[in-house]
Amino acid sequence: MTQSSKEQPPPFERLTGTAVAIDQPNVDTDQIIPARFLALPRAEQVAHLFNDVRYREDGTPREGFPLNAPTAAGAQILIAERNFGCGSSREHAVSVLVDNGFRVFIAPSFGDIFHNNSFQNGALPIRLPAERIREMIDHLARRPDARITVDLEAQTVTGPDNWTQSFEIDSFRKQCLIEGTDDISLTLSYADAIAAHEQRAAAETDWL
Amino acid sequence: MAEAKAAQPATMFEKIWRRHVVVDRPDGYTLLYIDRHLIHDGSYNAFQRLAANGMKLRRPDRAYATPDHYMPTNTRDKSTIADPNHKRMVVGLTEHAAATGVTIFDIGDRRQGIVHVVGPEQGITLPGITLVCGDSHTSTHGALGCLAFGIGSSEVTHVLATQTLWQRKPKAMRVNIEGQLGFGITGKDVILAIIAHIGAAGGTGHVLEYAGSGIRQLSIEGRLTLCNMSIEGGGRAGMIAPDDKTYEFIAGRPYAPKGEAWDRALAFWRSLPSDDGASFDREVTLVGPEIAPMVTWGTSPEDAAPVTEAVPDPAAAPDAARRDGQARALAYMGLEPGTPIAEIPVDRVFIGSCTNSRIEDLRMAAAVAKGRKAQIPSWIVPGSGIIKEQAEAEGLDKIFTEAGFEWREAGCSMCVGMNGEIGRPGERIASTSNRNFVGRQGKGVRTHLVSPAMAAAAAVTGHFTDVRRMLPA
Repeated sequence: MTQSSKEQPPPFERLTGTAVAIDQPNVDTDQIIPARFLALPRAEQVAHLFNDVRYREDGTPREGFPLNAPTAAGAQILIAERNFGCGSSREHAVSVLVDNGFRVFIAPSFGDIFHNNSFQNGALPIRLPAERIREMIDHLARRPDARITVDLEAQTVTGPDNWTQSFEIDSFRKQCLIEGTDDISLTLSYADAIAAHEQRAAAETDWL
Repeated sequence: MAEAKAAQPATMFEKIWRRHVVVDRPDGYTLLYIDRHLIHDGSYNAFQRLAANGMKLRRPDRAYATPDHYMPTNTRDKSTIADPNHKRMVVGLTEHAAATGVTIFDIGDRRQGIVHVVGPEQGITLPGITLVCGDSHTSTHGALGCLAFGIGSSEVTHVLATQTLWQRKPKAMRVNIEGQLGFGITGKDVILAIIAHIGAAGGTGHVLEYAGSGIRQLSIEGRLTLCNMSIEGGGRAGMIAPDDKTYEFIAGRPYAPKGEAWDRALAFWRSLPSDDGASFDREVTLVGPEIAPMVTWGTSPEDAAPVTEAVPDPAAAPDAARRDGQARALAYMGLEPGTPIAEIPVDRVFIGSCTNSRIEDLRMAAAVAKGRKAQIPSWIVPGSGIIKEQAEAEGLDKIFTEAGFEWREAGCSMCVGMNGEIGRPGERIASTSNRNFVGRQGKGVRTHLVSPAMAAAAAVTGHFTDVRRMLPA
């Protein structure tokens, strides 16, 4: 596969798995993948997820960083504090998480561009109340192998203590994820409306 | 255009949004038309994807490209780019532009520069339009009264193919700066004060409109700086109502309307400002005269304080999460609680970026540098080739070089370091850029965000200094 092709993960349905918690607010996309790796082919970026906070100068893993815990292997869910994915618009921040196996991000809030980019890569960003996030992070600190279930159809997250919390998602995005719809094909079905808009705008703002 | 139902007062955002709706779906999603699209050398993958899917660019006449992120700022010779991946980005933009018919201001063209400096400079950015770019600082352009926001690479491909985007309508928030700003206070100080007040996620899901006498007072350059950092306050976009300063700034620029078209455009632009009584989902107000020169002390743009204050003590934080966050930030920054900000020594200075590399920024920095000597390595990176020429015509380059500053070529440079221009681990940099994130200017580098005047003051004194004492009255 070439680096230019978008690796669209399979349609999203229901997922049960382990989670990794990054217990920090305002995790920016520069931390998720530092700028110096962005020009690398996608296949070479995969090793650099959270590179500078995850590894020491000599490349050895830093103990204590959640992704370096043995229980982190195979995790598909990432839990974080408010404003996860803020900062730079780099879509690599989402694709490198997806390429490391993550399909669901759960936080009280997200950077708007990261939130949009998630859907473009078949990943599901879920906003949950801050207290619920706190509970999950504290639980994972005690039981790192706890399993969490995310049901997109039912719009629910079921936590390790068997609580179930519903979440909001735009029905448009939900449908695109479930069906694996590509935005561009959908948009091209509105080609006539786009052409009509262009004609109208050309008359009204002819200086553009 | 002139609809009868003018009764309901509307915000400027609402007026611009409404005019660009192609389709409103019942599920709350809108297909929004994009008037102008800016492209930089990080957009390589978006073009590749378009070609790989066998798609054509719908409106090459609405896209404008310029390389900024990956080009070194000590040369204008692309063949000298050492890293083959970087070179592929810069050369790739030239090739993609040629293949698709997109207008390019390439290396060697005096119009080349940072994409968010070039747009307004060329008159591509105009009131009332929708404008996007695959870069979060696209919020800059809203300073001229348009709706401009950053998008991801997949969305860039979407705009190339369809000239539209699927959007859920953001909410509207008004940020008022009431009362005149004090002597020496710039757009950078105002936006840092705003972000410190609302927080780095304070504007999430909202378009921010800046209003009030403190905003009207700002020059267009100051407004561009202000709107540029809307994203650092979480805002989807930032905007300021166009006024006579705006029209004066735009008049005569290459891609702006001329002659009779100008008159029609102007009449339309004057209808854009938010109506009296328009309602905003949120509103906050800051007192203009209270804003001081700002310096960030931590690793989020919300960690900002007046230069007259001290590094905060995490023990005094309102909750445990904030206490831990501040302690982590201070450990990374190598700072002790209670240290007066004006006593923090600085190792290096960077004046540039889409936030602060315009002619007014360089003039203010030069006013401080004039007749003094830089105590530490200090770079000046103009925002475009045209700004560089203008600064040289005004003799600013001489002032800088005589004061020991390094005068460089246009580009993003050390703001993001994608071109390899980064600091050393542990180095403390006074930077006029927009992000003080961990590792933003290089692994282990400690970034303090300041205005150009404050950066120049740090350069000539070797530590943060209240520039109000150094500026000519």
